Amino acid sequence: MPPASDAIGGMITNFGLTDFWVAIYDTMRAWAMGMLIAVVLATVLGFIIGSSTFLRRFTNSTIEFMRPVPSVALIPLAVLLFGVGIESSLMLIVYACFWQVLIQVLYGVADVDSVAMNTARSYGLGPFARMRHVTFPTALPYVMTGIRLAAAVALILAVTAQLIIGTPGLGAEISRAQSGGNYVSMYALVLATGLLGVLINLGMRMIERKVLSWHSSVRTEVAA
Amino acid sequence: MTYVRSFLNIIALPLILLFIWFIATLGETSFFVPTPQLLVQTFMDTWTAERFLSDVFPSLGRLIIGIILSILIGIVGGLLIGSFRWLRAMLEPTLEFFRAIPPPVLIPVIMLLIGIGDEMKVSVIVLGAVWPILLNTIEGVRSMDEVLADTSRTYGMNKVNTVRYLILPSAMPQIMAGIRQSLSIALILMVISEMFASTEGLGFAIVQFQRSFAIPEMWSGIVLLGLIGVILSFIFQLAERWILGWYHGLREIEQAA
Repeated sequence: MPPASDAIGGMITNFGLTDFWVAIYDTMRAWAMGMLIAVVLATVLGFIIGSSTFLRRFTNSTIEFMRPVPSVALIPLAVLLFGVGIESSLMLIVYACFWQVLIQVLYGVADVDSVAMNTARSYGLGPFARMRHVTFPTALPYVMTGIRLAAAVALILAVTAQLIIGTPGLGAEISRAQSGGNYVSMYALVLATGLLGVLINLGMRMIERKVLSWHSSVRTEVAA
Repeated sequence: MTYVRSFLNIIALPLILLFIWFIATLGETSFFVPTPQLLVQTFMDTWTAERFLSDVFPSLGRLIIGIILSILIGIVGGLLIGSFRWLRAMLEPTLEFFRAIPPPVLIPVIMLLIGIGDEMKVSVIVLGAVWPILLNTIEGVRSMDEVLADTSRTYGMNKVNTVRYLILPSAMPQIMAGIRQSLSIALILMVISEMFASTEGLGFAIVQFQRSFAIPEMWSGIVLLGLIGVILSFIFQLAERWILGWYHGLREIEQAA
């Protein structure tokens, strides 16, 4: 185990290296693309399934069965299908994040106030207007929670895929540093990955507060 | 009639999906996707009692030890940190940082520090799974009802009783939510930790199948992992209903009123 000063020094040296930023870029690209695909898919499907009682009952057992399947079980399959390309990471990230968001969207859509819904209906709002003005605002806080949870999970899986499969990025750099016996650099990279996690967490919280600034839970928080 | 309908609702979609899978692979000899019959057959052949003894049970053992340790450390640590304001102020930023580190990244570090044995795998599981429990326990202790806390102090309850009858029950709903998150994390880390420098275990077996291109066997391993995940979440739901029965009852009464 190297002295802390070496590891932190190594991390600071890394900030000046192109390779380090390329690894960060690769990791963040897999993270962002995976998140985007998972969030769009899960939100659209969640709204469709959530707004119909029949569909909700119909899909419930399948969703409850598929959701606990650990995404890392798919690693061998990803390797077979895509090798060490970015698609391997994407497949794992999308699978893991999809369920996180979908469940939250389903809860959110189910939480719609029936009085508000009936009011909207008696004022003659069409299905799309009701979706836009009643269902969507109700579900948005849930969706944001789902996205925040998914952001952390996506980073975990992006790094895992890089560590195990060897898709380019921070994880691959860590495993290379470890097998090359370059422990200072390994600790420096682990520290950097942790910092990345903290930054993503802070960023998601900020976005959540921005998007939900109209919502009472955020408004009372500010007032208090 | 309603029973029949809800039963149909439960099995309809899985049956349809199975049927699509059956039709899609009918007459196909795709290398990557086995037919349902072949998968069932392989599952029976691959996961024999012997294999369970050599690969599955050691994995599950490590998983269970990891989960129990996480729960113990998480709850005890959370109770301590949550009860003292200065401790919480001092530790919280550090804890947030450690939680943000993706646990698989720590595997190389732990391998260096304590080798590649069972201890390494259990430590990886604990290091990943302890955070949701710890942080949720802290939150739960902090959001305790002030009136209840004051009342128990006025009645002169001693430390042990306060923890047993006041703090633990009021934090329990949050603790259980944390444990639910931890379970899936622990399962993921069990598999990942066995993909590194391992010679047995479920994760090792699946990767081994994939590397030797034993595709149906690999799929059967994925299915087994899925089944373990489902069983784990089922056991958790039972436990939650038992432990938090009073809480759900209370919520129902409050909402009815």
